[in-house]
Amino acid sequence: MLDKSLTQIAQALRSGTISSTELTQLALDKATENRHLNAFISLNEEQALADAKRADAALSAGNTDPLCGIVTAHKDIFCSKGILTSCGSKILSNFISPYDATVIEKTAARHMVSIGKTNMDEFAMGSTTESSFYGPTLNPWNTGHVPGGSSGGAAAAVSAGIIPVSTGTDTGGSVRQPAALCNLTGIKPTYGRVSRWGMVAFASSFDQAGVFGHSAEDAAIMLESICGFDAKDSTSIEHQEIDFVSGLDKDIKGLRIGLPKQYFNADLDSHIAKTVQAAAKELESLGATLVEVDLPNSDLGIPCYYVLAPAEASSNLSRFDGVRYGYRAEQYDDLESMYINTRSEGFGEEVKRRIMVGTYALSSGYYDAYYIKAQKLRRLIVNDFHAAFEQCDVILGPTTPHTAPKLGAVNHDPVKMYLEDIYTVTLNLAGLPGMSIPAGFDQNGLPIGMQLIGTYMQESKILNVAHRFQQATDWHTFKPGNTGGAA
Amino acid sequence: MTLSPDQIHKLAHLARLKIEDQAMDEMSSQLDNIMGLIDHMEQADTKGVEPLSHPQDPALRLREDEATQTDMREEFMKLTSHKQDGLYLVPKVIE
Repeated sequence: MLDKSLTQIAQALRSGTISSTELTQLALDKATENRHLNAFISLNEEQALADAKRADAALSAGNTDPLCGIVTAHKDIFCSKGILTSCGSKILSNFISPYDATVIEKTAARHMVSIGKTNMDEFAMGSTTESSFYGPTLNPWNTGHVPGGSSGGAAAAVSAGIIPVSTGTDTGGSVRQPAALCNLTGIKPTYGRVSRWGMVAFASSFDQAGVFGHSAEDAAIMLESICGFDAKDSTSIEHQEIDFVSGLDKDIKGLRIGLPKQYFNADLDSHIAKTVQAAAKELESLGATLVEVDLPNSDLGIPCYYVLAPAEASSNLSRFDGVRYGYRAEQYDDLESMYINTRSEGFGEEVKRRIMVGTYALSSGYYDAYYIKAQKLRRLIVNDFHAAFEQCDVILGPTTPHTAPKLGAVNHDPVKMYLEDIYTVTLNLAGLPGMSIPAGFDQNGLPIGMQLIGTYMQESKILNVAHRFQQATDWHTFKPGNTGGAA
Repeated sequence: MTLSPDQIHKLAHLARLKIEDQAMDEMSSQLDNIMGLIDHMEQADTKGVEPLSHPQDPALRLREDEATQTDMREEFMKLTSHKQDGLYLVPKVIE
């Protein structure tokens, strides 16, 4: 049942074929069965079963919400009342939030049942989920490989069939990249669509929540549940139109799909290049027109992002000082050594590196050369997208330059790891919506994702293209252990 | 651009972090590699370009000045064991 579409599960719940309580128990059992994947930081059995009971009561009372009683799980970056919110870090390893994030409030209000909190790179800084204080998450497709990151637990949990949909966050690709590496559909909407209230901050002008599912349809249904204006987030978009489902089936005849010439260069794995080009041809056969577009500064997205995001992080993470909540060092002599020891013991290596880089970029004498320079570059990158969207409606490209790396292959070489984000970070610099959808498999049977990029507030357009592609192909239907010989 | 151990110690202090001596070589080489990557920004001609701090250049929204939050003092205080009489305890800072 857990591997069915949301619409099918909703029908089964409504017809009484299964109750939400039974569905929740199934998901909890499946999570336990897949404990070796380490997809969860905490499971919340008692609360989940209580919520499922309430969902069952709502269903019996005639609730027609398609998400009522559906099981999910939230990334451990979302504050959740009463259960651990660690953000994958030792420094928050004892933090029980006194309130719920808006994302959690919104899904709970729809009677969705959350079975727990998913594993992630510490403070969402990473592309492998190996920097978690709680140990790495494994890729269900091949447990010798990483699931991507930072929302690796959220992706692995859906990929392994534990839950049908999950939430994640995407600051530089942390929803799209794990979606690509785990054969899922993952979408990050326009910056400001989803409230950041209660989402532990990494880089505030980039952070945006998103969702994972097995199809564009499921992702669209789930995304609708978390979007919307929230007065508690100062950058929340007012007066949003939230309808991602009704346009899924639209004909894409005449739609102009832009292929950025910079995306198909030597840095891209040749198998991925061929796969994405084949997908573009498929979309052409469905009536779309392919056009080449130019994103001249796209290569500079990585250096630009790795100045600005660490700069914002170094500021955001200054709040972790051991005074009011979280871990506090045992040994210290005075207030300053308490701060220093708490932070040095509480943060992992990658987080410390980024705080150092960010502090450097913001420090006196280097501020103009790094921080201001990167902000100017950010504008050029945004302008590139504006120009490209004059020639096309949607941009198509790869999500990642390679398929899932082996465990331990990139996390000890920060620059190598950062370069894996080349196709994803520019969207966060610009605040644009983007999604990754399954497009095929490499020679080792590992999933390949392709990225669809829309202009501001055009989530429904990329979801429409993704849905039409998924109606014509079956890449998204393959599950770990069953590629049907597709590889 | 290469960062000297002194510079790294200074940065670490600004960030209230400590880099142990045995970790210095690794931190130093990794920061050099990262800064090497960042230095590619020099390729871009940004003369006359206005810095962009936020993707949508938003104007800060104002709201009605009314209380929306309830008093959660006790719940927040539950998050630490270092407290006394409703105050947070830290090492003595004033003699």
